[in-house]
Amino acid sequence: MVGSRWQAFGLTTPDWSRLQNEVEKAFERFGRTPFGLSQGTYPALNLWEEEHQLHVEAELPGLELEDLEIYVNNDNQLTIKGQRKQPELPQGLWHRQERGYGSFSRTLELPTLVDPANVTASFKHGILHITLPKKEAVKPRRIEVKAE
Amino acid sequence: MIDTMSRNESCCQASKARGAAAIVAYKPRFDVWEDDNEVTLLGDLPGVLPEDLEIRYQDQQLTISGKVPPRHEQGMLRLSEYGVGDFQRSFTLADTIDPDQISADLKNGVLTLHLPKKEEVKSRRITVQA
Repeated sequence: MVGSRWQAFGLTTPDWSRLQNEVEKAFERFGRTPFGLSQGTYPALNLWEEEHQLHVEAELPGLELEDLEIYVNNDNQLTIKGQRKQPELPQGLWHRQERGYGSFSRTLELPTLVDPANVTASFKHGILHITLPKKEAVKPRRIEVKAE
Repeated sequence: MIDTMSRNESCCQASKARGAAAIVAYKPRFDVWEDDNEVTLLGDLPGVLPEDLEIRYQDQQLTISGKVPPRHEQGMLRLSEYGVGDFQRSFTLADTIDPDQISADLKNGVLTLHLPKKEEVKSRRITVQA
């Protein structure tokens, strides 16, 4: 809703949109942090829970599965480590550098105990998807109620 | 050389920052690099398949749009640090770019766009004769 109103302004007054663009640029400069400095918060993660497993997903464009290290500690901590290398460009100049490069490491406390031996990970189109089966002990169990 | 401009973009940025539900598209991050022969754009488009990517060029405006389908619908979301949705971004190109020679490559969620310069504007080394 707010978005569409902004757009309407932009359409009628081009100068306004240019100003917005400048402001946006200024913020973009702040927004860009090398991974190395933002250790612990990169990559952003989504986690969802199903009856028998947890799923953790991260957007890691430009990486390969072999650039990543995934660990499960104490059955309830997930660590994702990796490195994104900066492309080597022999000569020329950068006009914009908004993408981050470098090493990162993130540890996440999982909401349930998982079985580390059966954790699987896939990496497609820059999306890392980790499937963590829950420990048998924490899976929901149906309690039989006996009628007297 | 290249300037970003898109009213759409600013609007999307705003809605993303406010966490609004009605997100038009996310603005992907781009690196822009230039040498004597071409301008290279590197953009992060995680989750976009080549067939869902559209690159349009019109009136010196290069628009990149990527469709991203929702990735998970079952289960309970316990942690949500990023949103999943379509990407869009526009760049205004200088008229030194040859639009017919633009090529694109999408790998592991990174889009590489090569924008070669027109022959007549490529810088040439002048040989100085002694």
